[in-house]
Amino acid sequence: MSTDRTAGKHASRERARSAFTDAIKLSRDTGGPVAKGDVILTVKDLTVRFWVGDEWFTAVDEMSYQLRAGEVLAIVGESGSGKTQSSMSLLGLLPATGRATGSANLKGTELVGMSIQELREIRGNEISVIFQEPMTALNPVYTVGFQIVETLRTHYLMNPRAAKDRAIELMTLVEIPDPADSFHKFPHQLSGGQRQRIMIAQALACEPKLLVADEPTTALDVTVQAEILKLMRELRERVSAGIILITHDMGVVADMADRIIVMKDGVVVEHGTAEEVFHHPQHPYTQQLLASVPHLAESVGDEAAQGAPRTLIEVDGRPVPLTEPASGEPPALLMEDVAIVYPKQGRRAEFRAAEHVNLRIDAGEVIGLVGESGSGKTTIGRAAVALLPVREGRLTVAGHDITHASLKELKPFRKTVGIVFQDPGSSLNPRLPVGESIGEPLLLHEGLRGKQLSNRVEALLDSVHLPRAMRNRYPHELSGGQRQRIGIARALALNPKLLIADEPTSALDVSVQARVLTLFQELQEQYGFACLFISHDLAVVEQVSSRIAVMHHGHLVEVGDTIDIVTRPQHAYTQRLLSAVPVPDPDEQRKRREMRDAIIEREHLVS
Amino acid sequence: MGEGQEVEGLSQGQIVWSRFIRHRGAIGGLITIGLVTLSSILMMGIGPLDGLWRDQQIRSGEVLNGGRPTLTLPGVHGSEFAIGMHPFGQDSLGRDYFAQVMLGVQTSLFVALVLGVVALTIGVTVGALAGYYRGKVDMALMRVTDLVITLPVIVMGAVLGSLVAKLPLRLNAGPEVSAWIRENMPLLLAVALGCILWTGLARLVRSEFLTLREREFVDSARVAGASDFRIIVKHMLPNSVGVIVVNTTLLMSAAVTLEAALSFVGFGIQPPSISLGRLIQENQGAFSTRPWLFWWPGLFIMLIALSINFIGDGLRDAFDPRTKKIPSARAMAKAERQLLERAQTENKEVSS
Repeated sequence: MSTDRTAGKHASRERARSAFTDAIKLSRDTGGPVAKGDVILTVKDLTVRFWVGDEWFTAVDEMSYQLRAGEVLAIVGESGSGKTQSSMSLLGLLPATGRATGSANLKGTELVGMSIQELREIRGNEISVIFQEPMTALNPVYTVGFQIVETLRTHYLMNPRAAKDRAIELMTLVEIPDPADSFHKFPHQLSGGQRQRIMIAQALACEPKLLVADEPTTALDVTVQAEILKLMRELRERVSAGIILITHDMGVVADMADRIIVMKDGVVVEHGTAEEVFHHPQHPYTQQLLASVPHLAESVGDEAAQGAPRTLIEVDGRPVPLTEPASGEPPALLMEDVAIVYPKQGRRAEFRAAEHVNLRIDAGEVIGLVGESGSGKTTIGRAAVALLPVREGRLTVAGHDITHASLKELKPFRKTVGIVFQDPGSSLNPRLPVGESIGEPLLLHEGLRGKQLSNRVEALLDSVHLPRAMRNRYPHELSGGQRQRIGIARALALNPKLLIADEPTSALDVSVQARVLTLFQELQEQYGFACLFISHDLAVVEQVSSRIAVMHHGHLVEVGDTIDIVTRPQHAYTQRLLSAVPVPDPDEQRKRREMRDAIIEREHLVS
Repeated sequence: MGEGQEVEGLSQGQIVWSRFIRHRGAIGGLITIGLVTLSSILMMGIGPLDGLWRDQQIRSGEVLNGGRPTLTLPGVHGSEFAIGMHPFGQDSLGRDYFAQVMLGVQTSLFVALVLGVVALTIGVTVGALAGYYRGKVDMALMRVTDLVITLPVIVMGAVLGSLVAKLPLRLNAGPEVSAWIRENMPLLLAVALGCILWTGLARLVRSEFLTLREREFVDSARVAGASDFRIIVKHMLPNSVGVIVVNTTLLMSAAVTLEAALSFVGFGIQPPSISLGRLIQENQGAFSTRPWLFWWPGLFIMLIALSINFIGDGLRDAFDPRTKKIPSARAMAKAERQLLERAQTENKEVSS
């Protein structure tokens, strides 16, 4: 019986393979089969322009490169540097106002200036794209299996069964758990990482010659990013496609790339192998880019016999009590067994976002709070400024117990806290000049008006190194970094005792992030506020904070001095988090990668 | 774009304005409605002030030439342009139709304006409160809104219209009350209609507020210590001004046709007030013999409603950043040629 079944399985697998090879290709096969090392794409003087206002704005200026099969070419640059548009122009995916000139040759076929009909045969077939946001790139009303089959049957004449078999084969290739079952799932039923795997499976469906990965891991958590990168590296060995990897993260580049193109304002400033670019960067911009990537402590993984530090929250299932404060001053933030619950909404059950949280921040201290998205770290930050009510436990901020404070009681409390939000674009009122936004807390609490208010606003602008004239600008007229400085100035307006910084740099480019972080440290020294610095990026947190708290699924799992957490993590989750942080150095990254893969393997064995 | 790069500063108002004035339909509408309003006020005056037209009082007189319009245009009716005594003709009692139509235009615009203000006030207040407070407040306000939506506008207008006429008599009020009501009929009608037509606006403002309240700047205002009232008025309302302006204008254009429809079925404006709809209703028996009595008010209803609609459309496109204007192929090709020429001349300069 059982042998029969395995035999049947074998047969069906045989059929699947033959079905795919027997399938008649509807779309044109450009340039025949490729072997590793063949030049598949030659781009020469590729220029992309956009019609903005009443003139042509050059987004990409005379870009030239060659891509070989099996090679990974990374295009690196800040947002707006033209890195995405240069690749989208290969597929004719520019917006209606964009125009590409120059030449891009895919195995003898000119891509620039191709008609839509011809392009449709190329898209998904010869060139496919992995987009940044797997949730928005997959259609929510169709099953993921359907979407892979759709790609297949667009380009091949194959029966639905064969297409399904092939789709399941692809899903197995990208390591989707239980592919036959997942075939019928909708995108929202899968996790972010799994969705991105589906995207990759879809992209690989027709065995394309060229794969464009547009920030494939930016929307994912560090640990998930590590898994996707691992998958992509393995795929690279198995498929013979050339890969263009578009990213701003030097760590990801170090992990994957064979060759690197660095772009700035539409111009290629550096082009070389990964070795050359990382070890001997020529252009000052590349050097600056590399310097601004926060480095995690080098000695990670040396679990030396210096004795395990007491950083764990629980030992043998029993909570470790908070240590006593060093000074007599009341702590800036004290959370005792706090639970925060999102109430039941309609049919959705209530959700306990954070539970049993014990955390103390002393006056003038910076604590980093790290964790994946959905771990409840933002919830904690919002509760600390009384934007969310605390369900259980006790929450004290600078001596005020705000656990059950009424709206009126909260008003004086608001003077003692400030918050910097993640997205500087969303946290400033688009209809108010930024000077007015900064002055609002002063107006509301100290009743300052006119000249006095104006002086204070100017002083605040000075302290965040922005020109005073900027006070009359609207948020959309400022760059991301400038907006975040405004956000910081506003949070500091009342000279708070506690500042909550909720991922203040994650929406910024790396080089801008470095400058904002330096400013933050400077201001912290100057104003002496205590700070809860929330971030998903351990390297950033390590740079600014003296202690680190690690959060996982609504629980704190580890709290301790930065050096202990970074060098000798005790909790398995912290270890995984640490090993997943990419380092902008190919050799170091290789070492860490092996370690990381070992950890992932181990966990898979355990689970 | 890097941080160092200076961005040319433009306030949102400036951006919206520059997009608006590029919208041909909207500008056409704006000019049309401007001309119509101007000519109506110039000719017939406003309130107690007299205008330039010779018949300031609507009086009957001798019907000349069968009441035909004396307006001639070269190539249409005659050889040259002439206005004559009665450019729009006369009705069966010999009253000047031009004066009546111009007065009707004033009534229509007045009704549209008042209705707009009333609907705006109620709609924005209800929508803002429901969207901001959610929960029970939202439930209560939205059920009231649902209830108002179920009222058929024409029937309500008819009932209110006859009530207004009959109620004073029933209550034994003096003739001066009835006279006052007749005098201010356009105002009463506009307010009554406004009280029915605010629902769409309320729903839109509510949905706008529901998304706005999740934006971080609202939280950041709350952390700064702003009161609910301040958050609603200072932070959220200015951000939904696009939705509000657009829908109010569209509502106003609907009001023009609605007023005409109500007057036509006889429940809208009562004499001595004149409206475009009432002109059509009064003269409907004479259309087969004197079709111009229908054409002129009809033309102006269409002009006004279309113009306001176009303005509303233009505003919507101007406020919505997603409706990007794509330049014509010719404009782009021209710019491309210029770019090439510039590059060539630069090359020449370099080589020479």
